[in-house]
Amino acid sequence: MKLRDLAHSRAGDKGNTANVSVIAVRQDDYPHLVRHVTAELVKAHFGPIVKGAVTRYELPNIGALNFVLQEALGGGVTRSLGLDPHGKSLSSLILEMDIPEPREGNG
Amino acid sequence: MKRIRIGCGAGYAGDRIEPAVELAEKGDIGYLVFECLAERTIALAQQARLRNPDGGYDELLEKRMEAVLPACRKRGIRIITNMGAANPLGALEAIRRTAGRLGLSGLKLAAVTGDDVLDLALRDDPVIVETGERLSGLKDRLVSANAYLGAEPLVEALQKGADVIVTGRVADPSLFLAPQMFEFGWRRADWNRLGQGTVVGHLLECAGQVTGGYFADPGFKETPDLARLGFPIAEVSEEGSAVITKVEGSGGRVNPATCKEQLLYEIHDPSHYVTPDVVADFTGVTLEETGNDAVTVRGGRGRLRTESLKVCVGYLDSYIGQGQISYGGPGAMARVQLAATIVLERLKLTGVQCDEIRVDRIGFDALYGSGRPGGADEPHEVRLRVAGRTRSMDEALRIGNEVETLYTNGPAGGGGVTKSAREVIAMLSVLIPRSFVKPAVHMEVS
Repeated sequence: MKLRDLAHSRAGDKGNTANVSVIAVRQDDYPHLVRHVTAELVKAHFGPIVKGAVTRYELPNIGALNFVLQEALGGGVTRSLGLDPHGKSLSSLILEMDIPEPREGNG
Repeated sequence: MKRIRIGCGAGYAGDRIEPAVELAEKGDIGYLVFECLAERTIALAQQARLRNPDGGYDELLEKRMEAVLPACRKRGIRIITNMGAANPLGALEAIRRTAGRLGLSGLKLAAVTGDDVLDLALRDDPVIVETGERLSGLKDRLVSANAYLGAEPLVEALQKGADVIVTGRVADPSLFLAPQMFEFGWRRADWNRLGQGTVVGHLLECAGQVTGGYFADPGFKETPDLARLGFPIAEVSEEGSAVITKVEGSGGRVNPATCKEQLLYEIHDPSHYVTPDVVADFTGVTLEETGNDAVTVRGGRGRLRTESLKVCVGYLDSYIGQGQISYGGPGAMARVQLAATIVLERLKLTGVQCDEIRVDRIGFDALYGSGRPGGADEPHEVRLRVAGRTRSMDEALRIGNEVETLYTNGPAGGGGVTKSAREVIAMLSVLIPRSFVKPAVHMEVS
């Protein structure tokens, strides 16, 4: 299944760094997201878009993960040549990730 | 327990005007905050001020004030905004003139200055955070240097009775923290309270982004009536918990999901969100649905503030020129490819030097480049976009021109050309000791 079936997302920018949240629609699915949406997999999914490191922060309090993508905005919002210099559309790209279906009651 | 209601009337410079009027008239609010200053905006405003010494503040300032001042005066709502941009004192005068035109006399107006630290930064010559080089290396390309001020000078203005406060660069959440500190008597070292108050400010600062704006995804996240999106209100209690809500009957929605998206917007380490007032910690925040379009926010914490302040540095970086043209029907992609090849060759032939050049096929690879997962069939229509970075405006203009000449010189069937060129003011940051920065409050009566 696609991550979009279990989570929603918003992307933000600071300089040449983007952040992309992954928020569980149902709190029960949060452990499943922790297991299957790792920094490594996100880095691989974004491919050449992210030139630097991907760091993941966990927020069990709101059932969400926050991914920080270094060197992901074409040199920075204020000077990027890209069509979407803020990287706002990265939130839709992360939701295209394939993840295994959670088993009921087992996260 | 004492409660105050703070509304957010704008989340960026170009935001809708009338939701703020709705807040002032129907929101039962005590404070109306307009956040209109993106990082680069202040550098552009500085350039505008160089051209006109009375300018350099937000272009919509008068329009927004004209729209809300009558209702705010009638209900005693105090206004806080960073629309002063590069000229808070000029903005103060503009607000005084607007109040005069509206026949509103006796309003206490305050301007907060001290964020402009260009001279100071040049003297201290700090290291640029992003590049590791000295600031002086930018030489005459340097346009602006503005320190992020915190809530304290705004609290001072509120203590002096200001009905309207206009500032330049102030950290976004601090605009909202100030009325909380003032009303509840929170002290400068009440770190947990300042942390929670910063969380509230962060949730409000992008206006409609917490009330269902920038949220809708048909079939997954439905959001009603976005054309009449209501802007947010936080009802904050003395002990710090707050209810995020909006005017009844307005469009959009407030629920834990909309609040979670905004809580993490532009956040890196959620346990370490640095503002001039506090290092806020979002990891204990809870968001509970406590009513229709009402979410209770608790658990924000904070730690000792940093000894340095972040300074946004604007500098003249380069020029960007671009042009676009569309192709459709069978073979559209091949004609786009041919068109791109022609433009790149033309730029070379005519001696346009590009430090960086980019070819996008809009509708195919412009957002995600070759990183796009999964296969992609040939689209029925494609829009070519060529963008390049140059060292002169003249060369930047010639990029768009070379796309335009595809009309009569390029592949068959190209249409809908647009072109643009602009000077690029880019932003970097430096840190300077807090003690170097001296905020000041200027008062006037309309």
